[in-house]
Amino acid sequence: MGQTIIEKIIAHNLGVQSVKPGEIVTVNVDWVMLDDIMIPFIVDKFHEMGFTKVWDPDKAVLIYDHLVPASQQDDTRHYRTGDAFAKECGLTHVHRSDGICHQLMTEAGYVKPGDVVFGTDSHTTTYGCVGAFSTGIGYTEMAAILGTGTLWVKVPETIKVVIEGTLPEGVMSKDIILRLIGDLGADGATYRALEFSGSAIEQMSISSRMAMANMAIEAGAKCAAFTPDEKTAEYCEIELDEFQKGLKGDADARYMKILVYKAEDFVPVMACPSQVDKIRPVEELKGTRIDQVFIGSCTNGRLEDLQAAAKVLEGKKVAPFVKLIVNPASRKIYREALACGVLKTLIEAGAIVTHPGCGLCCGRTGGILCDGQRVVATNNRNFLGRMGTAKTEIYLASPMTAAACAVAGEIAVAVD
Amino acid sequence: MAMGKIFKFHNDLDTDQIIASQYLLLPNIDEMKVHTFESLDPEFPKKVQPGDYVVGGENFGCGSSREQAPSVLKALGVKAVVAKSFARIFYRNAINIGLPVIVCKDLPDAVESGDEMELFLSEGVAKTGGRTYSCTKLPEYMQQILSQGGLIASLNKEG
Repeated sequence: MGQTIIEKIIAHNLGVQSVKPGEIVTVNVDWVMLDDIMIPFIVDKFHEMGFTKVWDPDKAVLIYDHLVPASQQDDTRHYRTGDAFAKECGLTHVHRSDGICHQLMTEAGYVKPGDVVFGTDSHTTTYGCVGAFSTGIGYTEMAAILGTGTLWVKVPETIKVVIEGTLPEGVMSKDIILRLIGDLGADGATYRALEFSGSAIEQMSISSRMAMANMAIEAGAKCAAFTPDEKTAEYCEIELDEFQKGLKGDADARYMKILVYKAEDFVPVMACPSQVDKIRPVEELKGTRIDQVFIGSCTNGRLEDLQAAAKVLEGKKVAPFVKLIVNPASRKIYREALACGVLKTLIEAGAIVTHPGCGLCCGRTGGILCDGQRVVATNNRNFLGRMGTAKTEIYLASPMTAAACAVAGEIAVAVD
Repeated sequence: MAMGKIFKFHNDLDTDQIIASQYLLLPNIDEMKVHTFESLDPEFPKKVQPGDYVVGGENFGCGSSREQAPSVLKALGVKAVVAKSFARIFYRNAINIGLPVIVCKDLPDAVESGDEMELFLSEGVAKTGGRTYSCTKLPEYMQQILSQGGLIASLNKEG
């Protein structure tokens, strides 16, 4: 019997030949990601459990991103708690203003194909983009991992998603994952792994795969999995070993479901307020007036996203009543976007460029909206009240669509 | 377990609705709990009494990994959450902090907010409106964690 990508990763981690869905196993953790919002709670639980040492201080990455820079005086308490804990336990990897956690965990060279990773944020599914098994947990379990280096998990069943062909112009990987969430429903993949393959996936950049893995949780998935290839090796700056090269779903593996799509059939879509699975073609929403556009976040704040937006915005102006907020996902991306002229194009079109971080996506800072306002945003959640008040309407879209909306001042398609 | 009042919520209820991001910065759960369900029912923290129940539909607790979501419910005295299904991280967090989370397919559609209900955890049944509903029984291991008040209390006891 063959195995899925996630089964192979877990089996390798345990040092066994194979594992079966439903089996409860205790994995050895390769990396943990701790974020600034949760750190005071993690530290409390760690001490409550009586631990004094982190199992491996080089395997824990502490990232300040939700609260950087501080928007309330009390935010700094989280930095102080984090800094004190890093000092107490000798943590070597601390990022105080380098960008969003889910960007940094692969970009800064931590997570590699085949790793088992947990983070105190639900979008930890992102690292599936390089073929890692990664998922979000609460702070109590994080404290337990910090003390023991292990965690029990149930081996998930896998839903295989095959996409063959070439995406039409104006369609991005964001449109694929949104459509898939719509097809599966917000709980359609709960407890399951989403495994992606097919020629459209092979053609995709790591950035495009990241956007999809990031949003796997929005269909309830425990994790996402992409087969590591030459692009992955280049991105991770490694040579793939035999185990990593073998991280593909076997033809005779057990899949709970197989969904097959033709890339040519995808169109630009949006998730309408206030559910991630309320998906409609942009074409049907054309003409809806908007107040703000947000291009950024751990879903779509990468260089390719900013480039795609810049291409739409080149030589144009944002509608006078619209605020276009652009948020690179990391300092590295910010620097690259500056060097290649993308930031200049965006700024000349009228964009407000904000610091890398989670601010607006989690409703803390940098463009919070008020009652009755409507925003087109490239992040991953349009929950009620998330980017402002319960009467703010959030439409999720790709960076290209978002840029086209910014110019039109209403919902519009990028390539008509 | 004694009778408690039901507070019913919709399908796909996300953790941002249980406790919004901006309140996660408050120093402790007691300060957060007064903001529970603020966007949906701002009076909830005042109305709910220890021993009451939260009833949800499908995918209860989807979204963020915030453990504060089950924690504020527990701190307000919510006895258990009964729903048709739960999001994965919420479910795990709830068990770990000692908040019973019970899957019951038929009950949510049959009840309204304000109805009285009685839950028998170890038997896996709930009684309300003169009917008895069978729920998914929690495995013994999880019941043990719950009866000891959560993962830490349970581990410390095993110690």
